[in-house]
Amino acid sequence: MTAAQILAVTIFIVMFVLIVLDKIERHYVTLGCGVLTIVVVFGIIMKDTKAIIETLNFKSIATLGFWYSAGSAEESTAGINWATIIFIAGMMIMVEGMAKAGFFRWLCMLLAKLVHYKTVPLFVAFMIMSAGLAMFIDSITVILFLVAVTIELAKLLKFNPVPMILSEIFCANLGGSATMCGDPPNIIIGTSLGYSFGDFITNTGVMAGISLVLIIIYFYLIFHKELRSQNGETVDLSSMPTPREAIVSKKDFAISSVIFACAVVMLVTHEYSGLTVAFIGTFIAAVTLLTSGKFAWQLLKKVDYQTLLFFIGLFMVVGGLEQTSILEMIAGFIGKISGDNLYLMVAIIIWLSAVASALVDNIPFAATMVPVIKSLAAAQGVDLSVLTWALSMGTDIGGSATPIGASANVVGISVAAKNGHIIGWGKYCKAAVPATIIVILVSMLFIFARYC
Amino acid sequence: MSKQTIITVSREFGSGGHEIAEKIASDLGLKFYDRGMLDEIAHEMNVKVEVLEKYDEKPKNIMLSRKVGKYSSSMEEILAEMQFDFIRKKAEEGESFVIVGRCSESVLRNMQGLISIFVNGNKECKIERVMKKYTLSRPEAVRKMERHDYKRKKYHNRHSDHKWGDSRYYDICINSSPLGVPGTLRVLENYIQERIK
Repeated sequence: MTAAQILAVTIFIVMFVLIVLDKIERHYVTLGCGVLTIVVVFGIIMKDTKAIIETLNFKSIATLGFWYSAGSAEESTAGINWATIIFIAGMMIMVEGMAKAGFFRWLCMLLAKLVHYKTVPLFVAFMIMSAGLAMFIDSITVILFLVAVTIELAKLLKFNPVPMILSEIFCANLGGSATMCGDPPNIIIGTSLGYSFGDFITNTGVMAGISLVLIIIYFYLIFHKELRSQNGETVDLSSMPTPREAIVSKKDFAISSVIFACAVVMLVTHEYSGLTVAFIGTFIAAVTLLTSGKFAWQLLKKVDYQTLLFFIGLFMVVGGLEQTSILEMIAGFIGKISGDNLYLMVAIIIWLSAVASALVDNIPFAATMVPVIKSLAAAQGVDLSVLTWALSMGTDIGGSATPIGASANVVGISVAAKNGHIIGWGKYCKAAVPATIIVILVSMLFIFARYC
Repeated sequence: MSKQTIITVSREFGSGGHEIAEKIASDLGLKFYDRGMLDEIAHEMNVKVEVLEKYDEKPKNIMLSRKVGKYSSSMEEILAEMQFDFIRKKAEEGESFVIVGRCSESVLRNMQGLISIFVNGNKECKIERVMKKYTLSRPEAVRKMERHDYKRKKYHNRHSDHKWGDSRYYDICINSSPLGVPGTLRVLENYIQERIK
């Protein structure tokens, strides 16, 4: 190994350890490590200006293909994935606008009313809604609103909300795996490897759909007694909050609903329209801000800049591993173990991704693995898309297994605990680990049957 | 007491800081908050206090927890935040009280009428006190003392921007061993009287 390789790996490991230790804000960690990679690895050791330019990747923003790519999805990028950053920022602004108008609470209350506030139908309906919303909106927002409403309804309807919260968290992650924009790993994978919304929905979407049916049955079987046990008391349904009460402003509600519908249509059709996710993110953010009037500044202030900076730093550090060929070495290692056996290659990627994502943040893992599967596909002469779907399902679903695997899990557990519903590791894993194994197994068999 | 007075007492395990704080509260007729505040929090949350007690004043497990923005999966952190909110609320409502631990000197730093105290002690005196109070052998007392102080220090330093026991951040730091609990109490009460004059 060269000095540059050793240093790039060291920076990467230090970054991971510091993220886990949580002593320093994680965006400072990734940015600090990113700057170190650029200055020391590329600048001082490699003296490679090209590597710096490629990793910072500013020039990609100025290309037409970044905003509009007629006929095909945008091509692969090395270094900072600006399309991911811009799209996530745009979605954050849109979601803030929707939340301000009361959209999510309205949707939850509407669904509760439609199922006549009956616990088991509510349980199933909220699982489906969690997965459905997470296909287009970040799972943190979905869980934030869904868990809050679940706790509120649980108090009124007198049932234990924990089984419902656990199922909602799992389904949010599952729904996120179905589309390109549902989960940060998918956005990274999609924009880096040039896959479209349609590619995801017809591949991981099918796997997520089949899995959702099985998961609803699974959660029903393990939780139905717990849900019904406290259902004896009669509840006055006229005292229930109505969906209309959730709407803060009718005008804002109508505008945010139209913007959300536009975002969904643009995402679903982007491979035909040629509009890239970077364009869609910018467009929906601009429309949201323009229609927010004097609240535009408020929405901008609410954007989670720390997460965006975290992504930028992360891409720089992963760029260090990429430019020093470390990721090619990892790809070579996986290729060596699996030989020419595509089944084994898929199994390694999906299970390795699932286990790693269950234990560490799945976003850095996905960002690291994208160049790995790209090299692996090129070196072994296998179809990149097969490895892509394995990576996507592994990282998205693996994160569901433990309380710390994905952001939605952390947020759901935290909101529940603040309301007196403590969900420890044992309780969480007892429900989520078998569910994760079921989905990973189903996905692996699906990939074997369809592509291998 | 006409104007609001908040007395925070941080302490080393075995130093007698808790006992001193309790006596200050009763002598000055102030409300006293310690672990007991968990009862109120547990009541508000509708959970058993025993469930919360195991997470009280403990550092989080870094390998088993994660933070996303302001949301943490660590019950230790969630409970700590709840206690900080509880303390802030009481202070903002204008209540005068004595509080033990819970990074209160840090949480309430900018409050008017705050008197922050840190009580430490000589190792031998603390060991003897712990042995007597909990009927333990010497090695058991040493282990218990070290364990508690380690956790308190980690907990404090995690939630505060200054180090546990750093004299620059307390109004008064006092070694309870030379004067014992009664003598230390007298010194502290004199100091408090001077402050609230």
